[in-house]
Amino acid sequence: MNKETERPNRPALSLHVPEPDARPGDEIDFSHIEIPAAGSLRRPDVAAPASDTRELVYSLVRVLDHDGAAVGPWDPRLDPDTLRRMLRDMMLVRVYDDRMYRAQRQGKTSFYMKCTGEEAIAVAAAHAMDRDDIFFPTYRQQGLLVARDYPLVKMMCQVYSNKGDPLKGRQLPIMYSDRGHGFFSISGNLATQVPQAVGWAMASAIKGDSRIAAAWIGDGATAEGDFHNAVTFAGVYRAPVILNVVNNQWAISTFSGIAGGNLTTFAARAVGYGIAGLRVDGNDALAVYAATAWAADRARSNLGPTLIEHFTYRVEGHSTSDDPTAYRPQGAGAKWPLGDPVERLRRHLVSIGEWDDERHQAQQEALAAEVRAAQREAEAQGTLGSGHYEDIGSLFEDVFEDQPWHLREQRDEALAEARRK
Amino acid sequence: MTVRNMIEALNDAHDVMMERDGDIVVLGEDVGYFGGVFRVTAGLQKKYGTSRVFDAPIAELGIVATAIGMAAYGLRPVAEIQFADYIYPGFDQIISEAGRMRYRTAGEWPLPMVIRTPYGGGIFGGQTHSQSPEAFFAHMPGIKTVIPSNPYDAKGLLIAAIEDNDPVLFFEPKRIYNGPFEGYHDRPVTPWAKHPAAEVPDGHYSVPIGKAAIAREGEAVTILAYGTMVHVALATAEAEGIDAEVIDLRTIVPVDIEAIEASVKKTGRCVVIHEATRTAGFGAELAALVQERCFYHLEAPVIRVTGYDVPYPHSMEWTYFPGPARLGPALRKALED
Repeated sequence: MNKETERPNRPALSLHVPEPDARPGDEIDFSHIEIPAAGSLRRPDVAAPASDTRELVYSLVRVLDHDGAAVGPWDPRLDPDTLRRMLRDMMLVRVYDDRMYRAQRQGKTSFYMKCTGEEAIAVAAAHAMDRDDIFFPTYRQQGLLVARDYPLVKMMCQVYSNKGDPLKGRQLPIMYSDRGHGFFSISGNLATQVPQAVGWAMASAIKGDSRIAAAWIGDGATAEGDFHNAVTFAGVYRAPVILNVVNNQWAISTFSGIAGGNLTTFAARAVGYGIAGLRVDGNDALAVYAATAWAADRARSNLGPTLIEHFTYRVEGHSTSDDPTAYRPQGAGAKWPLGDPVERLRRHLVSIGEWDDERHQAQQEALAAEVRAAQREAEAQGTLGSGHYEDIGSLFEDVFEDQPWHLREQRDEALAEARRK
Repeated sequence: MTVRNMIEALNDAHDVMMERDGDIVVLGEDVGYFGGVFRVTAGLQKKYGTSRVFDAPIAELGIVATAIGMAAYGLRPVAEIQFADYIYPGFDQIISEAGRMRYRTAGEWPLPMVIRTPYGGGIFGGQTHSQSPEAFFAHMPGIKTVIPSNPYDAKGLLIAAIEDNDPVLFFEPKRIYNGPFEGYHDRPVTPWAKHPAAEVPDGHYSVPIGKAAIAREGEAVTILAYGTMVHVALATAEAEGIDAEVIDLRTIVPVDIEAIEASVKKTGRCVVIHEATRTAGFGAELAALVQERCFYHLEAPVIRVTGYDVPYPHSMEWTYFPGPARLGPALRKALED
């Protein structure tokens, strides 16, 4: 500030930089989080105008109460087989995550990302949608693949970038893609998949199809322009798409306040764009299922998109390259007031007499054995540490449908270089 | 055969392809009812309906990204970016997503899509309606980059781009939409009607992507050009009385290396011209290719004739524009050395 611009009678401006409630060493305190009782929110008719969801975006759709009972108008009334299948998928995701995390620590791959505490968000959504609907996931929705019976061995081969890797060692571990399972390629450039999902859904509408799309994005990445373009297009063209914001409150070390999460809810973004919005207890598989089914029904009835915020907590680090104790209190995940999604669904099944400790234990062991067997099979095809995918010629394939001269020439250079080594 | 200017030829390419293939959809700013600010999509919405030709929000990222989603679904979208200068909000979606999808999905998700965009200056468009950003895209894997220079090629190349199973960036030289421009801004412009390349066949035909054309045969020096600069090169060769061979590249990725090599090895001299800024422009790539492949045939250093490394100016756009006054001396120098 120089003399000419000085205005001593005006208050000095100051920049507000949001800070999380607790840093390492602080006592974690979630008591300020407003949690409405399960079953307390009304469920608008599927055909209701988008504006009828307006107050729901500031609250939380919850179905499972503290004792594991399913209560209120959002209870999706699922049959026990579906409930058991969802529990099994969520348990499998957790076992798989633990094995792959350990494999990374053992040097068998470069990178891994767990979704601990967020298993319900992918698994319940997959079960609430149809098998031929398409998913545009971000990087913590491995549950979508598990729920669609994608082979564990192929998932592991992708993580290992080995000879069995369907993506030929080209993608960072966990950036799965499988057209046959309706699972679109994951991008490390965050938020890009959301407007793409909208485009896919618009295409489905253009062709008079009945399939719909769903996208997932983290709280942090909603700050990207891609997200805002996506919601604009989705609203404008009434695209048959479900836009899921997984608010796990942490973007690597940055808390959700830096993405605007302290100003309003992420679900409330829907209000400004004039589309339907729901805010859901992301650790409640039945609430996730119910919200997804509601949004899917709307989309399939030409009533347009729904933005669903799944309120949850990132229990583990961002990835194997991250140590969350450097920026947030240790053990915060265990204190998350919405509990553990696997345990909550288990308690529900037990409470309705469709599950018991013995079966739970047996399933846990069976899943562990299944994952171990898959891991042996995957590792027989190599790991990043030894025997990874290394067909040099393949490096130059799939850039274009046909290989132009410059890539043929560079392939020959690479092959010659390899022979010299 | 009908005489068409470049806009009419491009419009006809859309029409021919949309008639044949119900999976082709057109989106972009003002492309629907109005038919585009340059009229390239005029009449298409009326003929093919609002679900196949529609206006998009002013959001280039969203236009490119939704086109990617549509291509992933199985459509063949043709997206218009109103001016090439506006393409940058969609840059990440083009280079990180469209250009890599086939590769990162090991061929499972090819993206047959075209992004059309008018580029280049000479219309008093100032900094934000005049740029030539082709080099950014040529630098990145997985994107084909096509730049026609006349109505016949414009239609044939756009049809080839729509039929291509990879993302194609289609840069349209807007200064020559209505007539070839020889770079003399103070002289009257001849309309396309007087040019043989305005004889555009009706119906379907295509011009192959990746193949250059010899716009003028010559022995003394090779001029590598594309888009508007093809006409500047032809006019300058005539004005200077130089027996130049003008290669119209038509595609810069993949570039027609055989045509370049054959010509430069014949003439032994090479001048590269483009309207874009000089540093790290596509001319640098061309000069490097010529040097690598034709060094022992060269009689003189390769010369670049380009726009200056400044933002495209408004009032002094003809000072910026690489017209005959810049190319002429470069040709003479190439011949003297």
